[in-house]
Amino acid sequence: MKMKIKNGKLSPYTKNSIISYGIVIIAFVVVTVLNSMGAVSSSLQGQLVPICAYIIMAVSLNLVVGISGELSLGHAGFMSAGAFMGIVVSGMLESSGLPDGVRLAAAVICGAILAGILGFLIGIPVLRLRGDYLAIVTLAFGEIIKNIMNIVYAGVDSNGFHLRTNPDLGLEESGRMLLNGPMGATAVQRISTFTAGFILVLITLFIVQNIMNSRQGRAIMACRDNRIAAESIGLNVMRYKLMAFTVSAALAGMGGALFGLNYSTLLPIKFNFNTSVLILVFVVLGGLGNIWGSIIAATVLTILPEALRQFADYRMLAYAIVLILVMIFTYSPKIKMFTQGLREKVFKGKNKTPEPETEGGV
Amino acid sequence: MKKNSYFKKFMVIALALAMVFTFAACGGSSDSGSSDSGAAEGAATIKIGCSGPLTGGASIYGTAVKQGAEIAVAEINEANPDLQIEFKMEDDEADGEKAVNAYNKLKDWGIQIMMGTVTTGSCIATSAITFEDRVFELTPSASSADVTAGKDNVFQVCFTDPNQGIKAADYIAENMAGKKVGVIYNNSDPYSTGIFNAFKSEFESKGGEIVAAETYPDDTNADYSAQLTSCKSAGAEVVLLPIYYTPASVIMKQAKDMNYAPTFFGVDGMDGILDMEGFDTALAEGVMLMTPFNPWSTDENVASFVEKYQAAYNEVPNQFAADGYDAIYALYDAFKAAGLTPDQANEEICDAMIGQFTGGFSYDGLTGTGMTWNEKGEVNKTPVICVIEGGIYVDK
Repeated sequence: MKMKIKNGKLSPYTKNSIISYGIVIIAFVVVTVLNSMGAVSSSLQGQLVPICAYIIMAVSLNLVVGISGELSLGHAGFMSAGAFMGIVVSGMLESSGLPDGVRLAAAVICGAILAGILGFLIGIPVLRLRGDYLAIVTLAFGEIIKNIMNIVYAGVDSNGFHLRTNPDLGLEESGRMLLNGPMGATAVQRISTFTAGFILVLITLFIVQNIMNSRQGRAIMACRDNRIAAESIGLNVMRYKLMAFTVSAALAGMGGALFGLNYSTLLPIKFNFNTSVLILVFVVLGGLGNIWGSIIAATVLTILPEALRQFADYRMLAYAIVLILVMIFTYSPKIKMFTQGLREKVFKGKNKTPEPETEGGV
Repeated sequence: MKKNSYFKKFMVIALALAMVFTFAACGGSSDSGSSDSGAAEGAATIKIGCSGPLTGGASIYGTAVKQGAEIAVAEINEANPDLQIEFKMEDDEADGEKAVNAYNKLKDWGIQIMMGTVTTGSCIATSAITFEDRVFELTPSASSADVTAGKDNVFQVCFTDPNQGIKAADYIAENMAGKKVGVIYNNSDPYSTGIFNAFKSEFESKGGEIVAAETYPDDTNADYSAQLTSCKSAGAEVVLLPIYYTPASVIMKQAKDMNYAPTFFGVDGMDGILDMEGFDTALAEGVMLMTPFNPWSTDENVASFVEKYQAAYNEVPNQFAADGYDAIYALYDAFKAAGLTPDQANEEICDAMIGQFTGGFSYDGLTGTGMTWNEKGEVNKTPVICVIEGGIYVDK
């Protein structure tokens, strides 16, 4: 990470990067310390790995939606590809006697590679479209990945790896089904850990923030802000958009592998349109282009439904109301003016001229 | 992109505080739950937890299990002042991820025995964790073989999907010998695919012939005319529907519209079709189904359960309610027979309960008499084949 200091002040990019790393590291240390004292409830403990996975998903989607400015509705598809690839790799290495950490790393890398390749291939046709059309086509590709996973059967035995589109794999007695079509993966060894999740979140942040803060990142944002102007100065718009899309897909695959290996079973239907929208909600709520916003939104919105269990059947209603209120409070111009005024009263004399919100924008 | 730096700092602190409070809220509260059937103060109390879908598309299953279980808990607590049950059910929306969350919530509450979960996917997800935690688990209705595979602490009240497919194949091969059989099933649903695969191999090994095996991708599908036409042109006289009742009701309607009248043969997912809103029960006349529970049975225990259930919830109980009722009684009886007390550790309770269930413990319930369990955790009981006549089930 390059520190850019102008006039004795940190540049906004650097400052935002530090905030993101800071939030993640502090949260990790706090939870680890509390955990060692036994102060973390089972309920929260069980959610730590999914929270890490959702943070990775949200931050990677922010690269496409916030930074590159393209509305993607198929992010869960890449998560699915990464998750099932991770499960297959981990399952194949199960008999190899490698330590869990190495297997998890191999699974995560393979998941990221597969999802990255898919992202690249899908990106070539999709990114030639714009706006609503692009959103609809990404949605369709997400569903296609889900439906392909519904007919993939994979297994492993002493003859090696078998992959078919029907359940007759001809496995030996000692063989093991890894993917079972619509029944998904079962009897998955749960090897994801909170520490692994924490490291993967840091890797994601490192990749995404460095892209944002680089020549390529500025080119991506230039293409978002004014495509014609960007083309006129010789930027290859397609290339930069494809780059953002592919990196985002690969990171989603990584998050998917982490998520998949945290549960003993995973159904392809889990990664449907709803999951894509859920991740999009994290991104929009956290602020387009705002990385630490995505981190906090993903964390809070994953915990919230569990924290609201007291309300029983009204829980989802309460969740929806909270969503609406947060949206109103963060984005309503009147509320903004009010907080702006409040700030000026509190911190007199500094930054008197209110500046319009310029971050993000699809 | 330049923004007021103080505002950012303020926001960071505020949001960090919000996060801490959320964590704290999660850590602190383990009290009031979604639904809690209390026990009398002072007496020894077993804490039985359950998770199932109380909201979302599968909520009728979770709700039925909950209501059936609550009737059993009320009966037991009234009859046994010395050993009470405290029952708590959490919502999991039939989703594996939420089910793990729900189970962890129950762990914070102090769960001793898990009765659940209601649906298969959730149950595979939670049973891996109860296995590690050594919490005894008896599921009323999660029917996949993967639920119990490799886990000595998990048992089922219902048939496994493959066993259901095998029993259906045996019945059709014996009682409808020589008839041409067509199948319409959902190939993206583990339940439906599991039954079909087992049915196919058993039925073909018995010399039966499946003339048409048609699939559809989603239970919200609205048109089955292609599948029905294919079955009709193949001359299928019996059409097996190893699916839930919602798509089955559409299939029956469309079959009638195209003047195709085979014998429809349903499995336990067909149970509930008569209570469906807007469904003409005349369409289901003559449908055969394999269900573990017939609410119109003349059996004394069934009649008493149905009466209590109707008084409490104003509806006819389905098999999930009966499964829930049986699960609670089976757990309670085994707990007593093993001579356990609630102050013992979960590991001890789990091991003793496993010993009971695999050691010849037998239970007579609403969903079958002489229920016994094997080492794998699968139940052994005789299936009930009913036929729908005049809007009710009649034992066949």
